[in-house]
Amino acid sequence: MAPAVPRSGDAIFANVERVNAELFTLTYGAIVRQLLTDLEEVEEVNKQLDQMGYNIGIRLIDEFLAKSNVTRCVDFRETAEVIAKVGFKMFLGVTASVTNWDSEGTSCSLILEDNPLVDFVELPDTCQGLYYCNILSGVVRGALEMVSMKTEVTWVRDMLRGDDAFELQVKLLKQVPEEYPYKDDE
Amino acid sequence: MIGAGKMKQYANVLDKPLSKGRQEVSLSAFAYLFSELVQYNQTQVDNIGDLERRLEDAGYAVGARVLELLCHREKGNRRETRLLGILSFIHSTVWKVLFGKVADSLEKGTEHEDEYMISEKELLVNRFISVPKDMGTFNCGAFAAGIVRGVLDNAGFPAVVTAHFVPVEGQQRPRTTILIKFAEEVLRREARLG
Repeated sequence: MAPAVPRSGDAIFANVERVNAELFTLTYGAIVRQLLTDLEEVEEVNKQLDQMGYNIGIRLIDEFLAKSNVTRCVDFRETAEVIAKVGFKMFLGVTASVTNWDSEGTSCSLILEDNPLVDFVELPDTCQGLYYCNILSGVVRGALEMVSMKTEVTWVRDMLRGDDAFELQVKLLKQVPEEYPYKDDE
Repeated sequence: MIGAGKMKQYANVLDKPLSKGRQEVSLSAFAYLFSELVQYNQTQVDNIGDLERRLEDAGYAVGARVLELLCHREKGNRRETRLLGILSFIHSTVWKVLFGKVADSLEKGTEHEDEYMISEKELLVNRFISVPKDMGTFNCGAFAAGIVRGVLDNAGFPAVVTAHFVPVEGQQRPRTTILIKFAEEVLRREARLG
């Protein structure tokens, strides 16, 4: 039998090296600020943040798998729980909750009440279209793609826009069957 | 507006209690983020000088905010007005909060009156970075230099701050020295204050 999937990332988080969240928060703020200056359009900034997140996600998944002992998830429901309880905890020190499942079990929401990215942040009027935390959706998408799940990740609620929580909707588009790089041998 | 539907409550940053600053994230989360910062900026420049300038610029934004935050939280809304005071504030308070430890050393330059150095054996932002040969003297410490400049400048001590690698005998990796060169006016004021 496969080893039990950890139910929370608390133990892992306690064992990894950590840094002050304020350094992380302020550095992220500096990145967003640079993007806004460079790209001018908030839409472009959203796109770039998502791309950066994706780049992180495809690298982060290796560390996640190595440190978490998580093996293959049986279904998308389990995947979502693992992201919320283990993934978020392990890297950001916070946990998300999973709700709003559709009847097929292919779409759900990750709800974050604590989000270290947004401390000290207030969206000015000129940036109202900005998804400030868009890097997170890229991370989730990139990481899942590396375990053969194509997903679409969108923001439903955003505290910086006046909502009462952060809600990230994760929709499973398709499971890509694993392919082996046979080509070289042929 | 009556009947305009749900009125959204925008949270005002200043209405929230100031965090104690004890929250942590994993070092790798920071490392991934910082690496994206460097890679993105690499796409925006065509020489190393510009890349360092842009990292410094990002650091400056952090430094400006750190000064405000720490003066408020750690120093009862007072900020240092003397040269040595602000330097030791950076060396101890700022470093401790941001990097979890006091900086390894703070020294005064021996050749120039206006130069000071903060050195770190293994600077956090350089920890996972190896600079390719063709990028010569490039140093990610420029980000930390920017933080230092951001703090100094906003406290009223304009300075030029640069990061350099200094080889250490018997050590594989060089240490990072952040060189601070104060503007003339700062030294004049300091002399006047006696």
